[in-house]
Amino acid sequence: MDEQRPVKIKVRGLSKVFGKQPKRALELRDQGLKRPDILEKTGQTLGLSNISFDVYEGELLVIMGLSGSGKSTLIRCLNRLIDTTEGEIIIDGENIPTLGEKALLECRRRHFSMVFQNFALFPHRTVQQNAEFGLEIRGIDKTERQKIAHTALKQVGLEGWEDAYPNQLSGGMQQRVGLARALANDSSVLLMDEAFSALDPLIRKDMQQELLQLQTKMQKTTVFITHDLDEALNIGDRIVLLKDGEVVQIGTPEEILTQPANDYVRRFIEGVDRARILTAASAMRPLRTTARESDGPRTALHRMREHAIDSIYVTDRDRRLLGLLEADAANAAIQAGTEKITGHLTQDFRKVSPQEPLQNLFAMFSEKSFPIAVVDEEQRLLGVVVKGAVLDELARAGEQ
Amino acid sequence: MDIPRIPLGSWIEGGLTWLTSEYSVVTRGISRFTQTGINTLNDGLMWLPEWALLAIIALICWKLAGPRLAIGGAAGLALIWNLGLWNPMIETLTLVVIATLVAVIIALPVGIAAALSERLYRVIMPLLDFMQTMPAFVYLIPAIPFFGIGSVSAIFATVIFSMPPAIRFTTLGIRQVPVELIEAADAYGATRSQKLFKVQLPLSLPTVMAGINQTIMLALSMVVIAAMIGADGLGSEVWRAIQRLRPGDGFEAGIAVVILAMLLDRLTQSLRRSSK
Ligand SMILES: Nc1ncnc2c1ncn2[C@@H]1O[C@H](COP(=O)(O)OP(=O)(O)O)[C@@H](O)[C@H]1O
Ligand SMILES: [Mg+2]
Repeated sequence: MDEQRPVKIKVRGLSKVFGKQPKRALELRDQGLKRPDILEKTGQTLGLSNISFDVYEGELLVIMGLSGSGKSTLIRCLNRLIDTTEGEIIIDGENIPTLGEKALLECRRRHFSMVFQNFALFPHRTVQQNAEFGLEIRGIDKTERQKIAHTALKQVGLEGWEDAYPNQLSGGMQQRVGLARALANDSSVLLMDEAFSALDPLIRKDMQQELLQLQTKMQKTTVFITHDLDEALNIGDRIVLLKDGEVVQIGTPEEILTQPANDYVRRFIEGVDRARILTAASAMRPLRTTARESDGPRTALHRMREHAIDSIYVTDRDRRLLGLLEADAANAAIQAGTEKITGHLTQDFRKVSPQEPLQNLFAMFSEKSFPIAVVDEEQRLLGVVVKGAVLDELARAGEQ
Repeated sequence: MDIPRIPLGSWIEGGLTWLTSEYSVVTRGISRFTQTGINTLNDGLMWLPEWALLAIIALICWKLAGPRLAIGGAAGLALIWNLGLWNPMIETLTLVVIATLVAVIIALPVGIAAALSERLYRVIMPLLDFMQTMPAFVYLIPAIPFFGIGSVSAIFATVIFSMPPAIRFTTLGIRQVPVELIEAADAYGATRSQKLFKVQLPLSLPTVMAGINQTIMLALSMVVIAAMIGADGLGSEVWRAIQRLRPGDGFEAGIAVVILAMLLDRLTQSLRRSSK
């Protein structure tokens, strides 16, 4: 990952012991004991052990792990709903574990909004009043906060429901209220603890999609917790994988899938439908050869023969893709006596972006036998995907 | 076996005597203040013609609980009026209202404090058990040296006797607020008092109202018993009927107490429902 990205939250050496003698538990941990042994010896739970990671500005970071792995504990340490035992959590230069009571309140108001698994809406407040909660706590005046809350409710598609009470809404709508309450607050970080886990699968997919759309619009730094790998892969820019209170791997979804750190991660990802997750970029190969627009048909044909291929991609000086030259067309150009190849190019091939899911590429191969061109936003040619490479990639991922 | 008897009774008496002499200024102040309150409310309610007060109460019942309670209440009050028990009923009502008011004013902050502090909780809960298991009229005895015979002593004993449920239910109501809602309030940076007034109290209101309902019922029963130390009202009607061996009069007064109890119970329950 790009190490130069601005860091919003820096977590270093964070540990949490649930119990009365945390020092003792940490000593045992340092002697190499694991969570179950420490629990047996001291009766204390090592909730988190020596966790370090960064949350980059504007990213959606997923913290994933099985139930009991410490996800909820970790996210609650960030805004100190749970006090940490050791370690640093730095946000904008402030170390959260050592803040005084006043500074902590201020920090929570400014930096954190939270969305909860079971919604945690206030049953005695209307949808509108729920959305206003954070602003009301901060002392924003009434007309102002009504306006902001209204905008937030509109954003999550709840316009017209302002005067309803939470128990009159479905689960999905309730969580939209939870999201509106968080968005209205306009804090710098959004914390979501299994926010979609209580919703049924279809609604859940919708909410993921909407969160992604909001995310592209607003680029809000988000820490999202889930126990569901599919969800993590679907929405995460990066994933922190937890096991028994420790970090197992940190990486992009693709890194987790293609370079699992150990057997645990490998087993974890076994069930995933890889074709859906892998993208064109993972199966892409560099081009062995290309032709330039200034090349004549003879040069192009020569290159094709050299590499035993019967078509060649043609680019301009900035490597922008212009088209494909087939060997037959090159021969025809030579016979016609043309010196330029630009007039003989075909556009009858497929090109995709590096993010294109691998599964979509299968269908393209059945239409055409040309390698699929992979281009960036500026139409620069990055590489090609050949049919065998897709299958190879899937097989390779499947073995692991 | 000659273990000397522990002089528990004389210790308590000694303590009470000391308290009454040391704090006579305070008790006399309280006494005068309370008596003024009782007289004012009593006079006010009795100044109204019977039919007017009856209509007002029926109207309140209508607003809060609907036509059934309004009709039932009006019929009950009319019966009391007809039996010639109107004034004793007003006197009883006054004592109940004032005792409940004082009890609730003390109980709410105590209940809140006990809910928020684990240590206080552990001190107060056994104390409440003690207060509630003590036979009701035992409270009448220390009331007399403090405030003498009469209505003020009755109020004092009634407040002590009827307060526990209001405290208990307030504590319970606040402790029952789901932790995730407390977490949500904390997560958005709420101060303690914001949390209390915007989340904990509103959510515990129905439970608090249930406690107040019980307090009113206990206050009514105690105010009747307090006739033994000279409190006016329906209780003293019963008391007199017992002394004169006139069971008919006693039952009439008893029925008036039941009517008043049902009316107060239904009214506070409808308040509780509307606070949900
Ligand atoms: N308040 C607590 N007291 C004792 N143990 C706790 C407490 N909260 C969590 N734990 C323990 O810490 C571990 C991590 O819990 P949690 O963070 O809730 O996991 P997750 O959210 O990943 O399911 C679990 O073993 C849990 O039993
Ligand atoms: Mg959890």
